[in-house]
Amino acid sequence: MTAIRADGLARSFGPVRAVDSVSFQVETGEVFGLLGPNGAGKTTLIRLLAGVLVPDTGSSRVLGLDPVTDGSLVRGRSGVLTETPAVYERLTARQNLAFAADVFGVPLPEVACRTNDLLARFALQDRADEPVGGFSKGMKQRLALARALVHDPELLFLDEPTAGLDPAASRQVHDLVRALRDEGRTVVLCTHHLVEAEALCDRVGVLAKGRLIALGTVRELSDRLLAASPVALEFLAPVTDEVVGAVGVVPGVAVVERADRRLVLAAPDDAAAADAIGAAVGAGGRLVAAGRREHTLEEVYFALQEAA
Amino acid sequence: MNWRTVRAIAGKDLLEVRKNRIAIWSIVGLSFFLSVGMPLLIGLLPFGTGPESGDLGPLEALLDLLPPEMQDLPLGSQMVVLMLGSFLAPLFLMIPLMVAAIVGAESFVGEKERRTLEGLLYTPATDLELYAGKVLAGAVPAVVAAFLNFAIYAVVVNLVTGPIVGRVWFPTVPTLALAVWVGPAVALLGVSASVMVSTRVDTFLEANQLTGLLALVIVALMVGQGSGLLLLSLPVLLLVGLALYAADLVLIRLGAAIFSRDRLMARS
Repeated sequence: MTAIRADGLARSFGPVRAVDSVSFQVETGEVFGLLGPNGAGKTTLIRLLAGVLVPDTGSSRVLGLDPVTDGSLVRGRSGVLTETPAVYERLTARQNLAFAADVFGVPLPEVACRTNDLLARFALQDRADEPVGGFSKGMKQRLALARALVHDPELLFLDEPTAGLDPAASRQVHDLVRALRDEGRTVVLCTHHLVEAEALCDRVGVLAKGRLIALGTVRELSDRLLAASPVALEFLAPVTDEVVGAVGVVPGVAVVERADRRLVLAAPDDAAAADAIGAAVGAGGRLVAAGRREHTLEEVYFALQEAA
Repeated sequence: MNWRTVRAIAGKDLLEVRKNRIAIWSIVGLSFFLSVGMPLLIGLLPFGTGPESGDLGPLEALLDLLPPEMQDLPLGSQMVVLMLGSFLAPLFLMIPLMVAAIVGAESFVGEKERRTLEGLLYTPATDLELYAGKVLAGAVPAVVAAFLNFAIYAVVVNLVTGPIVGRVWFPTVPTLALAVWVGPAVALLGVSASVMVSTRVDTFLEANQLTGLLALVIVALMVGQGSGLLLLSLPVLLLVGLALYAADLVLIRLGAAIFSRDRLMARS
């Protein structure tokens, strides 16, 4: 089932085209990453999908609803973590959550229970009745996440959820995203953090200057954009010149990296890689391990940004 | 319209105002000055022992505002009663106006400055519910402050004029009309104008400066009353209130009509 479908969404602010003809789909239960540098249009795209901004052209369906005409319903069934925590600093953590519960229409008898559960889940119960102004950035971010979940939404938009968090807090957020996926919720994750996206996202969309320049799994994107991934060979003893020479004469194969007992080759396909391995062994190399090293999302991302 | 949402937004804003020491002390200071300080000052000045009689020129007509049983008081005492019962009365409207303006001006631009506006716009509240919540948040404390201050003002006026008049005489019918009929109208004027301004400017300072212009309405009433040009008798007050409520209605409808989540988000 499709949770989000965008068709040619576009929005300008004055002369700036923040989102330009963006089309994509997100399936229910998927963690979808939106990647791109600052100003690429990620936040504007979320605002369009949540019905907070109206597109100049194009349309979208979110949870089967049109955000332009049913914005209130879309927002009622989705949760948003904004780039800044946007919590009320003069209020306590409990008051922040109670306000969100009230405005999101959580049944009144459930408000106290839901608030307490979330305070406990995000380790805020000890300071639940203190003004949020005195909280650390990580605590505010945790409170903002709790608020985004207060009405048990089906869909979550998380805009830079780990920005400014320490490694332990970031890990907590990663665990939360995995837990949300396990619960069957759909998550749209905007991030600069490519390792994070690679670890968490089923598919990613890459934005540049408001345009969606790539869409797919990391593997699909790397296959489409980059040459075949390198082949790494590990030997029992340091690599000899004979081995390097033997490998170098295999058609299409080139040595990319040589380091002590390790040799990294560029091979256009699996047949060439097999020939190179055979040549290395034939030249006296005592092979311990061989395998392709997958391209990282970082390599894919920069290839895309350079192309854009 | 979902009233739970409206109440939640208004309640949250009121809670924030209660925890905003600067706003609270501004309101308390203004209230104390107008409801306690001014009547004490006037009452303790030596007017009460002033001349027995004299010619007030064009202000003579003001003496008609005095209740019949006070027409025989010495002129100095009449002046004290006039000042506290009539001249200062419109100044009392500054309280609902300023409270409404302080809370209303904060409404949207305050959230924007504190970077909480985006979170609010992502709630399921409709544009109308958001606007209504903000208007309610400004109107409630303004009206409550107006009534409370009027009660305090009445007590202080009766205390300081007790030796002159010899009985409890305040509030008079016109001042009561001013408090219960015109006061809420002025509160709504302050909040409807300030919330509307708050959606269109970029800083709280701008919003506050623009809504400060509303004080001119009060100044106009005071000048009219003080100069004898516009005596705030009961019929006049009823008409002034009616005109203000009409203006409130226009401003609230206009504000709600031009309020747009999209525009607010695009500006932030």
